[in-house]
Amino acid sequence: MALSTSSNFAKPDDAFRAIVEAHRGLTDAQSADLDAALVLVLANHIGDLDVLREAIALAKRRTLDASQQQQQQQQ
Amino acid sequence: MAANTAQAKTQFGYRRHPDQDRSGANVAEHPVVVVGAGPVGLSLAIDLAQRGQRVVLLDDADRIGEGSRAICFSKRSLEFWDRLGVGDRMVEKGVVWSVGKIFHGASQLYQFNLLPEEGHKRPAFINLQQFYAEAYLVDRVEQLPEIDLRWRNKVIALESRNDGVALTIATPEGSYQVHASFVVACDGARSSLRQMVGAEFAGQVFEDQFLIADVKMTAAFPTERWFWFDPPFHAGRSALLHRQPDDIWRIDLQLNPDADPIAEKQPENVRPRIERMLGHDKFEFEWISLYKFQCRRMARFIHGRVIFAGDSAHQVSPFGARGANSGLEDAENLAWKLDRVLRRLSPETLLESYHIERSAAADENIRESTRSTDFMAPVTKQEARLRRAVLSLAEDTEFGKRMVNGGRLSVPSVYDTPLSSGDRDDWRGGPRPGTSMPDAPVTEPGGGSGYLTDAFIRQGTRFTLLEFGNGADVDVPEGVGSIRVGGAGGLVDAQGLAGQRYDAEPGAAYLLRPDGYVAARFRNVARPALDAALARAAGLN
Repeated sequence: MALSTSSNFAKPDDAFRAIVEAHRGLTDAQSADLDAALVLVLANHIGDLDVLREAIALAKRRTLDASQQQQQQQQ
Repeated sequence: MAANTAQAKTQFGYRRHPDQDRSGANVAEHPVVVVGAGPVGLSLAIDLAQRGQRVVLLDDADRIGEGSRAICFSKRSLEFWDRLGVGDRMVEKGVVWSVGKIFHGASQLYQFNLLPEEGHKRPAFINLQQFYAEAYLVDRVEQLPEIDLRWRNKVIALESRNDGVALTIATPEGSYQVHASFVVACDGARSSLRQMVGAEFAGQVFEDQFLIADVKMTAAFPTERWFWFDPPFHAGRSALLHRQPDDIWRIDLQLNPDADPIAEKQPENVRPRIERMLGHDKFEFEWISLYKFQCRRMARFIHGRVIFAGDSAHQVSPFGARGANSGLEDAENLAWKLDRVLRRLSPETLLESYHIERSAAADENIRESTRSTDFMAPVTKQEARLRRAVLSLAEDTEFGKRMVNGGRLSVPSVYDTPLSSGDRDDWRGGPRPGTSMPDAPVTEPGGGSGYLTDAFIRQGTRFTLLEFGNGADVDVPEGVGSIRVGGAGGLVDAQGLAGQRYDAEPGAAYLLRPDGYVAARFRNVARPALDAALARAAGLN
């Protein structure tokens, strides 16, 4: 099974909103704790190491791209 | 500190050997010299001797080491020791256990059972101080005239030749030389032979310090492995409690990376910590040691005719009982191969499979123990955060409990090896080639009860065909042992566990290597396929 990047939610805004609202009112440290737990819960639900690795690679690539762009804008 | 009870009976004398009077062209020639009389060197020497090899075993000390050091010996190690004739003694003295509990703070997170099923001769683990194990092995060595054990013989120089190794050995009466066809270095993590061959020993150093205290007390704790994350008596760190024979308890406390080793080791500083842990002060110290650890291995376990086994070749963190047990697995893996090579039954290239199989096992052990260590001592803030999340999820989810890593205990590796013949038939279960033989209870035709591992020993721990009889006679090649389950005159699988564990229907057969690993298996064994598998397992093609 490969990582699915097509849109899986009937209402993607609701999903995004649910995650955003979970962080409302939290400090940065609490948010980070919440994210850590959430990642573990979701990773276990997926239960497929290949998919997890693909997901990590995708997320990591986005993060690196974003920080490079920031650096370029600052230059 | 209390006198160590075992030291009196484990002191050995230096004795002059006639080899010491020989020099130049007259230097003694030996087929095998094993360096280091620890659990690995002693076990290897016994295995080789039982196969008929003469072995010179050298040790630079004249007594068995202090302190309990390794304490957990695995089922696989006990099965190996059964073959060496010392299993019963180890188990009689040892403390048998299979349950571990993990605590977080004051409450229990979960418990695991390492051998939840019946029908195995040996338990998942025994705890036994290393000095007892060594003492029993030395007793066995003394029954075997093939082994020449020389105390206070320290190898100080090594010269590799194309047909062997020249060793220079220092003794209290000066130095002498011997030649050996093969040298096996079982001389521990600080191996001097490793330095002499110029091999690197690179890996990861962990900054956290751990304090080991063996304390003597009578206590009502059950015989289980207890591991704490962030216990009330040792806030923010981890702790381990484990029982040994003689009312000795192993306590392992994680310290801060910046703790002062000299101060931390003082009994007056250790005592309050242990009092907090136990809730009383009725104990005496047997041994205190402070350590940091490293996970590393040699790139190659074989350097010409010098072969490395045990801690000299690989080092792991102690959480998982993977040090001594993996060294013993090295010894059982090497002994039969070296025996065959010395007898010229197999080419020297068979030894390469020792490197392939055991270096892969070392990688696995390093990976597992590094993960445990990282979980216990998270390196970054985010690692600490993920660990916190796992520990809190573990309170009410099964997946969280399974992710908590308080040490994953040693199980034998499954080898991907050129000695195996791949499956050609369909199997739903059972040990695939490269796996150590599972045990199962069987009954003798006469009614006596026993185990498959015993039957393997009775066949002489050589290549052995384990057949599940269907009435047809199997033509077993000469020199190959035969264990038959079922059929006329065969062992009786009364509980059906042998058949289950080997996914066997009548006619199935497993070819076992002399170390009890599966080399090949067949739904219906026929001679040409068996011969080919044997040749492959013996390194003949």
